Amino acid sequence: MNKNTLKIAVDPLVDNNPITRQVLGICSALAVTVKVEQALVMTFAVTFVLVCSNFLVSLLRKMIPGRVRIIVQLTIISSLVILIDQVLQAYLYNISKQLSVFVGLIITNCIIMGRAEAFAMQNSTKDSIYDGLGNGLGYGSILILVSFFREIFGSGTIMNYQIIPDSIYMSGYVNNGLMLLAPGAFIILGLIIWVQRTITKFKEET
Amino acid sequence: MVLLEHYLSLATKSIFIENILLSYFLGMCSFLAVSKKIDSSVGIGKAVIFVSAITVPLNWVIKTYILEKGALLWTGNENMANIDLSFLSFLTFIATIAAMVQLVEMLMDKFSPALYSSLGIFLPLIAVNCSILGASLFMDERGYTFTESIVFGISSGFGFAIAITTMAAIRFKLGYSNIPDGLKGLGITMILTGLISMAYLSFSGINL
Repeated sequence: MNKNTLKIAVDPLVDNNPITRQVLGICSALAVTVKVEQALVMTFAVTFVLVCSNFLVSLLRKMIPGRVRIIVQLTIISSLVILIDQVLQAYLYNISKQLSVFVGLIITNCIIMGRAEAFAMQNSTKDSIYDGLGNGLGYGSILILVSFFREIFGSGTIMNYQIIPDSIYMSGYVNNGLMLLAPGAFIILGLIIWVQRTITKFKEET
Repeated sequence: MVLLEHYLSLATKSIFIENILLSYFLGMCSFLAVSKKIDSSVGIGKAVIFVSAITVPLNWVIKTYILEKGALLWTGNENMANIDLSFLSFLTFIATIAAMVQLVEMLMDKFSPALYSSLGIFLPLIAVNCSILGASLFMDERGYTFTESIVFGISSGFGFAIAITTMAAIRFKLGYSNIPDGLKGLGITMILTGLISMAYLSFSGINL
């Protein structure tokens, strides 16, 4: 792997993170982060779809007519999502029930369309696979971070194992129920974006 | 009367209590991108109401008469009873939405140029808006009837429109405030959305 391909794969992890920097794929980042377990499964599903769709789109990029490219991309993506949905229903039924409509919504996850349109349509197949992998993991890292905070403050557990000891609960500590609801997700993600942008010194034009 | 009450409570529930954006996070991408200006927020809000009011009932028809198990029995062929195409629902729903958006765009351009010039640029964006596909998937998951899906389609779009217009108004005022560099733009918008969503939580006390 030469330096350039390494950069394609590593860049989206922090500096050009799809969620905090490119502002793509926020919907699912908020919805499936109540538990770390869900976030892991979602990361796996999105990375799989992203790598495969980048691969297929870049393979077909010279054959897809410009005018109908959106429909072609959507068809490729939704076929892949159907595949992953069926696999999840067969092997991880409980998690697939918890994720409910959000597996289907991977189709309209802007990261996948965005990378297909912005990267895979112009670049070679190999680079596109690395780009898909990097973006999938960059997305996943934020997802896991958000779900880590939400689960530990909201239910006192990580991966369903109790982390906060009983003695603390005895002394009057209560789980923060707000973390499990929608506002907790928005605020945690807002704070993570703040920290990430302060570290990378990125400033948004307003 | 009982039926009317049922539809009204469904509408209230999907606009306020289970707002598609503030409690299910659907349509965040266009929410964050477009809420910078009030005019364009109102525009995209209208377009979302319009498109989801059309596509949710349409997808209901497709689901009930083509995809579900035994749905193809209306063709009169007994062998069709065991065909279950519901695994294709994602593909058909998104194809219907993309096709409808294209069709609405062309019809609008032909018959109502004024409306087209105000909504036109938002329509292609809407084909990949999660809230439209999400509304159809919720319709499927919750097993709504045809009339319920019409009511749900309109009111979920309405919920999105209210949320995005509120946000645009707040961001307009925010232009004058002094915010730390890293928090500017996306960060502060997220936290504000959290606060609005917290306010909407109070609607969940309503007993329907």
